Amino acid sequence: MKVVLENLTKRFPGRGKKDADVIAVNRFNFEIPDGQLIGLLGPSGCGKSTTLNLISGLETPTEGRILFGDQDVTALPPEERGVGLVFQNYALYPHMTVEENIVFPLENLRGEKRMSKEAMHQKAAEAAKLVQIDHLMERKPRELSGGQQQRVAIARALVKIPRVLLLDEPLSNLDARLRLQTREELRRIQRETGVTTIFVTHDQEEAMSISDLIVVMKDGILQQIGKPQEVYDEPVNLFVAQFLGTPQINVFEGEIRGGKVMIGKEAVLDAPGKREGEVWVAIRPEGFMPDPDGPFTCRMDRIEVMGRDVSVVSTHEKMTGRNIRSIISAEIPVDSRAETIRFRLRPNKVFLFDRESEARV
Amino acid sequence: MKSNLKAWLYLLPAILFLGVFMVYPLIDVCVYSLEENYNFARQSFTGVGLENFRHVLSDPYFVQALKNTFLIVIITVPLSTGLSLLIALGLSSIRALKNLYQTVFFLPYVTNTLAVGLVFMILFRNTEYTKAMVNLLIEKFGGTGVDFIEGPYWAKMFVMCFYTIWVVMPFKILILTSALASVNQNYYQAARVDGASSARIFRKITLPMISPTVFYLVITGFIGAFKAYSDEVALFGTNLNAAGMNTIVGYVYDMLYGDSGGFPGYAAAAALILFAIVFTITYINLMMSRNKVQYI
Repeated sequence: MKVVLENLTKRFPGRGKKDADVIAVNRFNFEIPDGQLIGLLGPSGCGKSTTLNLISGLETPTEGRILFGDQDVTALPPEERGVGLVFQNYALYPHMTVEENIVFPLENLRGEKRMSKEAMHQKAAEAAKLVQIDHLMERKPRELSGGQQQRVAIARALVKIPRVLLLDEPLSNLDARLRLQTREELRRIQRETGVTTIFVTHDQEEAMSISDLIVVMKDGILQQIGKPQEVYDEPVNLFVAQFLGTPQINVFEGEIRGGKVMIGKEAVLDAPGKREGEVWVAIRPEGFMPDPDGPFTCRMDRIEVMGRDVSVVSTHEKMTGRNIRSIISAEIPVDSRAETIRFRLRPNKVFLFDRESEARV
Repeated sequence: MKSNLKAWLYLLPAILFLGVFMVYPLIDVCVYSLEENYNFARQSFTGVGLENFRHVLSDPYFVQALKNTFLIVIITVPLSTGLSLLIALGLSSIRALKNLYQTVFFLPYVTNTLAVGLVFMILFRNTEYTKAMVNLLIEKFGGTGVDFIEGPYWAKMFVMCFYTIWVVMPFKILILTSALASVNQNYYQAARVDGASSARIFRKITLPMISPTVFYLVITGFIGAFKAYSDEVALFGTNLNAAGMNTIVGYVYDMLYGDSGGFPGYAAAAALILFAIVFTITYINLMMSRNKVQYI
């Protein structure tokens, strides 16, 4: 099911008399193609959960429309939208067994959609099998591990074959190992069912690794939407560039002068045809290549060994962060006792942003 | 062993007080109930046996008290609990004036029983000067009034139950409101997304979630209603036997200190009968609720 958000806005009244309204979601416009897995990504408080609640119908928008396919669902209550929602804390009904939890949405069906008891249990068994919890059907939620609870929540959301599946921070309550495992599982389940799935996360790695499309948000405003690699390779503004990628992108105060990108006194890269002036120069960690004749000189701090790669930590007077992190293949020799290290830069890993608007130049 | 001694030392005050004021009297009640024709003044009795129980059970006043108590219990406990649940649900779903309503519903709890009794007098008692307010209302709408305080039995029982329900509801509303507030909103949201109607959400989510609280209120409600006495006095005066509105606790009191009192043996027997009833009912409650109450 295609999901379209048109000019979607949600304002919450401010607290107290003087406080202005809080705009959680501001003039959202985007279209989610049918059958895709979408990662809604942004820092805490950026409005991503509100967006999810608007799509589920738990919140009503102040302005704008939500369409599922061609149907306008803006005015429909959640029970009539046919969405499945997995809560961050799973919200499994604690007094029901796993099976009762999964059957619950089916029991609520009325009219011609109503199923027989056997059909319901059949469906529940199928959903449980899909998420591999069919051996736990008689347990109560408190007798399950976090990962198992999450699977139950997904099965419950999927059992009535929702038009859209929504997941709110689905992996945040799991430990690191389980998180890796579960996100692949999520991808598999989404592929197998083909249900349009939107999940919210603040973990960019999580979003990048399994999404077909990622939607980056900040302060209620849509920043960029695109395939993970595209967004990573072509960030539209400084925020997106900084939000995606670990280690974080390195940002320098620089300027464009004479068709060259200058950091301090060094011309680090050619920038033909760019408008002259002050810019932010952002360089991905993998954009640095050690080269004794390279144009960019940094002060060496230390080297962190990560096995396959090493992370060279250095500093520069024009940097904006605490230090500069560059990721270099462990096979390239680097002298950690040297005073300075010189780099050559990969042009496609360097982004220039306007000093004022922070938009890409 | 030293640490053990210290523990006993700490327990001593409690044990002493409980022993003197709880355990000893309890044993004493059992002893009294078996001593026939016990005389306070002479501290003597004529025999040991079940004569006291036989007498009490055949005493028409006791039978009346038993009947009254059972009626009060059966009528007031389900009604007050159900009404409290309705009001608590209402309170938790409104936003405007919520605090005002909470205060209004809680007022009877902090009001003196006798003051409440006076208000009920104005509402229900005909005096030489004016009729009861309720009767005035009934007559205004073309009915005929009835003497609620000294009139027919059903009228008196109605006032009695009305009063009891009204007095016990504030506490129940308070407890249920906080129980409802402690249910995580996510469950309701999840149930809505799962397509459950309000009625189903109440039956399948809310009720199981607050079932321990409801159960607690039912148990304490039963016990409290079986022990009813002061409310009856507030409405019908101290001579409850004459009004036909006595309760078991009232009967026990009358047997000890009432105008026709001075029979500790009868009082003790009646008290033990009450204990047996309350014990049985509570046990049945526990049995019945075993599968219904969800301790999460």
